[in-house]
Amino acid sequence: MLTIIFFLSSGLFLGWSLGANDAANIFGTAVGTKMIKFKTAALICSIFIILGAVVSGAGASHTLGKLGAVNQLAGAFIVALAAAITVMWMTKAGLPVSTSQAIVGAIIGWNFFSQTATSMSSLYKIIGTWVFSPILSALFAFLFFHITKRIVEKSRIHLMRLDSYTRIGLLIVGAFGSYSLGANNIGNVMGVFINSSPFKDISIEGLFHLSSIQQLFLLGGIAIAFGVFTYSKKVMMTVGSGIFKLSPVTALVVVLASSITLFLFASQGLHDLLTSLHLPAFPLVPVSSSQAVVGSVMGISLAKGGRNINYKKLSQISMGWVATPLASAILAYVALFFMQNVFMQSVFQ
Amino acid sequence: MPKFFNSKSKQLEGDIDGFLDRVTTAGLIFQEGVKAYVIGKKDKFEKNYKDITDLESDADNIRRDIKHKLYTYMLIPESRGDVLGLLETLDDIVDICEKVLEQFSIENPEIPEFLKSDFIELSELSSKTVEEVVKAARAFFREIGMVSDYVNKVHFYEHEADDVEEHLKRSAFNSDEIKRFSHKVHMRYFAEKIAAVSDVAESVAERLSVYAIKRRI
Repeated sequence: MLTIIFFLSSGLFLGWSLGANDAANIFGTAVGTKMIKFKTAALICSIFIILGAVVSGAGASHTLGKLGAVNQLAGAFIVALAAAITVMWMTKAGLPVSTSQAIVGAIIGWNFFSQTATSMSSLYKIIGTWVFSPILSALFAFLFFHITKRIVEKSRIHLMRLDSYTRIGLLIVGAFGSYSLGANNIGNVMGVFINSSPFKDISIEGLFHLSSIQQLFLLGGIAIAFGVFTYSKKVMMTVGSGIFKLSPVTALVVVLASSITLFLFASQGLHDLLTSLHLPAFPLVPVSSSQAVVGSVMGISLAKGGRNINYKKLSQISMGWVATPLASAILAYVALFFMQNVFMQSVFQ
Repeated sequence: MPKFFNSKSKQLEGDIDGFLDRVTTAGLIFQEGVKAYVIGKKDKFEKNYKDITDLESDADNIRRDIKHKLYTYMLIPESRGDVLGLLETLDDIVDICEKVLEQFSIENPEIPEFLKSDFIELSELSSKTVEEVVKAARAFFREIGMVSDYVNKVHFYEHEADDVEEHLKRSAFNSDEIKRFSHKVHMRYFAEKIAAVSDVAESVAERLSVYAIKRRI
């Protein structure tokens, strides 16, 4: 049992850092501008992240599984650890880092080490989605911004009432965003452990069923929630008053646009519905919530006439598509070598 | 929770509307008061003076209450400073309206016949600026796009008031009818006091146009 916990710890650590960093993408402005209390935000965020992870986390994780099926617990430990260290390192360097990109790099590193062929179709699908997701977010934000502006102007709603509606909106959209984040990003945290999951399915009287994967995701969700409670406040205060200076109403638009993007790339239900209607479905791929938010902010800048577009941020994002997976892959490869040859652990079958 | 938010917001909406109503009323009482004094209806003037004194303390209380509520319930964190600044400067208008009537009541200036129409017109124009600046303030809360329209009207009436003020002062100093220099100075003093209402209204309008830009989504 202790070995299992030890090996899962890197994934849990990755979850913790995801919670610490990414909760701010959803509730950052709301908390930073004091529209919502941190405790309320953290509670809602945690509950919905766990729900999203357990209920609809499978889809995006599945794609990661196709990219490389890490089949030994020790290997999975190293893959998650390499991703976590990359995330930490990039965060320290002040780059908008994504756990999705780090874990994909680490999985590819494992593929190289174990001489497993990387599924190129999965890789293209994943990278294509990374490029597409901020653009999609920007489009949503552009559209929602115009709609919201029109509604607020036409409705002649009083500033006080607008304020209270915005608070309620931020809570609801925040809950949706947290759910989508949990569903889309749990694969990053726990996906690599799926094939070596130590858990057994639990079924109580046929009423309640929790598969081994869901238990894994529940654990990952709790780790994310822990990150939200212990560390995200600091990040939220920076987001709320720092990089993206948004009014509460525009923050609502940004969070809604980003959440929908995350949801589209995570929802199995929507995927099945679109497929059954013979429509092109969104691939279920873990994307970066930070980049979705940056995309949304760009969308708003465009809607306001293209002022204040932060080209530096844009170039940082595209750099992240290459640099993060590369760093993480190299780190994973080296660490796997040490795990196998120094600590004498089998890292693949 | 939504009900909690809503009831507080509605309460404050009512408080703000009530405050703005009082500012408009102060402008009207001010106008009526000056007119009553100038045409010699002293009883009516004293009633206007009493009314505006009551109104001034009433407006003060409402403003303090709004401030207290905004901070206690942590409402509109983004625009709280602007809203309180706006209400404070609007309150200055009420104060100055009251002060002018008080000066009339204390100093009992003797208004010569040929200056009466100018004094009345000046008070009307000043009151008009108050009316328009309150409309601008209401627009700030509900219809941000309209703020600049009302602000323009405030500028227009303030400019008109300046013209009348200048005309009044020139008439006073060029007149042979007013014998004492001190009397001429007294007329100038009251002309400036009445015109000061429109000046304060204009500075509130200036603030409003900046707030409106900040509040645009």
